[in-house]
Amino acid sequence: MAKIFKTPEELLQYVERVQAERDPHRKVITVCAGTGCCAYGSMKLADGIEKVISEKKLADEVGLKRTGCHGFCEQGPLVVVQPQGILYRKVKTQDIEEILDITVKKGDVIERLLYRDADGKQYQKEEDVPFYKNQMRLLLANNGLVDPNNIDDYLAVGGYRALAKVLGRMQPEETLAWIQKSGLRGRGGGGFPAGVKWESCRKAPSANGLRYIICNADEGDPGAFMDRSLMEGNPHSVIEGMLIGAWAIGYPGKPQGYVYIRNEYPLAVERLSVALQQAREKGLLGKNILGSGLDFDININRGGGAFVCGESTALMASIEGFVGEPRSKHIHTVVSGLFNQPTNLNNVETWANVPLIIEKGIEWYTSIGTGDVSENPWGGSKGTKIFALVGKVNNTGLVEVPMGTTLRHIIYDIGGGIPAGKRFKAVQTGGPSGGCIPESMLDLPVDFDKLTEAGSMMGSGGMIVMDETTCMVDVARYFIQFLADESCGKCTTCREGLRQLGLIIEKITNGQAQEQDLDLLDELSSTVAEGSLCALGTTAPNPLLSTLRYFREEYEEHVRERKCRAKVCKSLIRFSVIEENCTGCMLCMKKCPTGAAQGEKKEVHKIEQEKCIKCGICDEVCNFNAILVE
Amino acid sequence: MDEQKKKVTFKIQGKSYEGVAEESLLGALRRYGYDVPSLCYHEAVSTYGSCRLCLVEVQKGRRKKLTTSCNYPVQEGIEVFVDTEKVIRHRKVVLELLLAVAPASEHIRQLAGQYGVDSTPYQIKDPENQCILCGLCSRVCHELVSAHAIDFSGRGTGKKMTAPYDETAEQCIGCGACVYVCPTDCIGIKEENNVRSIMRWHRDLPMKPCKQCGRAFAPTFQLMRFAEQINKDRSFFDQCPDCRK
Amino acid sequence: MDGAMLDAIIDKYERNPANLLAILQDIQKEENYLPKEDIKTLSKKLGVPLSRIYGLATFFSSFSLEPRGKHICTVCMGTACHVRGAPKLVEKIQRDFDVPPGSTTPDMQVTLETVNCVGACALGPLVILDGEYHGNMNSAKLDRILKPLKKE
Repeated sequence: MAKIFKTPEELLQYVERVQAERDPHRKVITVCAGTGCCAYGSMKLADGIEKVISEKKLADEVGLKRTGCHGFCEQGPLVVVQPQGILYRKVKTQDIEEILDITVKKGDVIERLLYRDADGKQYQKEEDVPFYKNQMRLLLANNGLVDPNNIDDYLAVGGYRALAKVLGRMQPEETLAWIQKSGLRGRGGGGFPAGVKWESCRKAPSANGLRYIICNADEGDPGAFMDRSLMEGNPHSVIEGMLIGAWAIGYPGKPQGYVYIRNEYPLAVERLSVALQQAREKGLLGKNILGSGLDFDININRGGGAFVCGESTALMASIEGFVGEPRSKHIHTVVSGLFNQPTNLNNVETWANVPLIIEKGIEWYTSIGTGDVSENPWGGSKGTKIFALVGKVNNTGLVEVPMGTTLRHIIYDIGGGIPAGKRFKAVQTGGPSGGCIPESMLDLPVDFDKLTEAGSMMGSGGMIVMDETTCMVDVARYFIQFLADESCGKCTTCREGLRQLGLIIEKITNGQAQEQDLDLLDELSSTVAEGSLCALGTTAPNPLLSTLRYFREEYEEHVRERKCRAKVCKSLIRFSVIEENCTGCMLCMKKCPTGAAQGEKKEVHKIEQEKCIKCGICDEVCNFNAILVE
Repeated sequence: MDEQKKKVTFKIQGKSYEGVAEESLLGALRRYGYDVPSLCYHEAVSTYGSCRLCLVEVQKGRRKKLTTSCNYPVQEGIEVFVDTEKVIRHRKVVLELLLAVAPASEHIRQLAGQYGVDSTPYQIKDPENQCILCGLCSRVCHELVSAHAIDFSGRGTGKKMTAPYDETAEQCIGCGACVYVCPTDCIGIKEENNVRSIMRWHRDLPMKPCKQCGRAFAPTFQLMRFAEQINKDRSFFDQCPDCRK
Repeated sequence: MDGAMLDAIIDKYERNPANLLAILQDIQKEENYLPKEDIKTLSKKLGVPLSRIYGLATFFSSFSLEPRGKHICTVCMGTACHVRGAPKLVEKIQRDFDVPPGSTTPDMQVTLETVNCVGACALGPLVILDGEYHGNMNSAKLDRILKPLKKE
């Protein structure tokens, strides 16, 4: 229906009609269509359900909806049967008939498909599962309810009501004041107060009134996928946030919007494009939006695979068609950014917070989180934060919690602890700019300032759990290598500094380092951090420095004893056969790529050290635990 | 614009000086005789800030921070310190890094020596290398010569200064501006048998003999380009500058 | 790529050099890589120096200047995949197909690429074969999905 809303009232009337038309008791099977579940085959599953519904002529009885990411990616593909909210996990196509016959028709539960926690306790409803129960899902609340390709779904759950509110009865200045008072801080990493940024951009002189409103969707931190899920699952919430920003920052001038999105996120590009088109068709983007006089539209720019383009000035250079090299920010981008115009850049999650604040109010928003932002915008961290909880943890997925939640609560109560009885070692937050936090600090309440004090940072919200089989020197090597590749290469300190840091760490992992190499790491890190131009360089040593600070003994072991306790660093480990366990099954021999594993059938095998390349395949395939790594 | 050109007062090492708002701090420091090393800065082209040698500490209000001076815009009331412990410490490391990246450069060795750095604790990648990727050559080529023959390629530790595809720089007019501006002298130019070669860009350009005196005075390709740029007939460059007088 | 198609791509982006990145992405989508001739023609048509386009194409890791293989095997090297053993997967593919990351087998069958996180961390370690995601990989599973490639 291509009706253009001409006033906020028309929009609200339409929403009422859509809501009234929807039967809250209607049975709907929702299938998670996030990237994780899709990879587990959820789209095939959804197609299958659709087919069976039509074969069984059940279309009047039950609907099917492909929704955004539910967040419990570990258990995908996820299916929720509404209105009861029964959660089925790891659903296969052969389960479809049963779900329709037993759950939809009879209302009974299929126990086999229910989630069970580590203690074997079984849960029927999504909301009762500890993974969800211990979260506060505000931004992700609608991800599992709406079909991202259908704007009516978003409208039905109250979407664009915040936009109607600001365009109908709030002046831009008042809207801006709300964001300032809310204490919203940028979710992209630095935690800069959004209100302060918005105000600077609004006040910056612009001869032609042009101001750019950018959404940074170049979620480059490895191990982070919050922004991806928001864009894939609820793209309109981001668009609505940007619209409100355009009003507060750019009206009565000429605001223009850009979303800079990673090329590695094809599904998010697709969903966002559809959402933008649907918003245009309803008059929510374009000229004179809801009769307010605001003209605003949003372009999508795809990145080209460069982590540094998450840095604001590099991102803007890239939108202008140049390589993503950061420039100095002695003149701020809010004054002279994209095409030398005042530019306000926030990341996906920050924008998604905006409609919530407008809709539910400042008092409500500031009641969530830490500190006090009434006087000082840096005085606390308000609202929720989404984390991508990944790595060596039982319940991997997306987790949304109030600011100030402890790491322990996130990793153990929500994440279900460490798999396979292994011991927790560290949690890495903040991506390559962040650091590794040790077990002794698990009770740290997570907010912008606490994480920085601990030598890490919030970053965009990746949280990678590491256990005893993770080598902390190897982790530092990984990040330094990552950054050396991803650095734009402009600054000597960053380009050459990271290269040299990488070489020194490699020496350590190879068991060739001397004691003084550790001092050299310290000295060089300091220059890389203080002497580089952009945040990529100035934060680059964090993963190294934090591991040196909290896990120095592992470094010293590598240097002094030539030992890697996690058994990761190849030069320092050795594979052999545990004679009493070996049954002589010959599997390791078949799989060994170099012929190092040798022996006769039903006789104890051995590994010839000269030929062994330490690929670990023998250990991986052995069914009898007969490979010793030491 | 007028706003930006206004005079400002600021301090260097505790002494008061006048400058123009927004001008390069490094330019101002040099004007007043302060010794701040730099390799990637040239007043004729845009500042880039890549070599990181011109570090100083700038106090603005209560905040004091380490910054490169070339791309720092002079502002009213700032205080600049050129030889703090921090500056000296980081400059030493930058010089050590440069020694490791361009061990074959006599210029780098001399400069490092001036600041008391005679060796590097870091690993040398290419003992023959002299280029420090300051980017002056390409800035001159793009901004002053408008030949656009060379540019950076790649990124991170794989960054290089090259002609496209590492092949002959087909747009190079052989003017030699890049050779002149290169702080480590690593591009190379020669003239033999009436052919000018810009060695690093693999560019060999036959030179045009003067109709009058017969001296081969400039690459023909360059003269064609110049004629286009200044909208003159090609015959304008038939004579060498001396004979044209 | 014929001239008309290149023109169509350039027109789609209003012949605006600011859209260079998008234009290169579209060329690569058609050709599977960025052919040198197309880049040279693009430089002339857009009036953008070849040196700048070459710089852009080599700066961003999603571009390939060399033809890529019939099958593209991408291993995610994000942190979550790294701690779950992604480096071993790369080593194995490199060994089995004798192809270093970023290169293509001489018979143009397989290109091995790495990517710094595709945001499917819950599935790590992750291998993407011709656009299809394969999660929780290990050497045995890798053998299974790569087997058809060896036979061809």
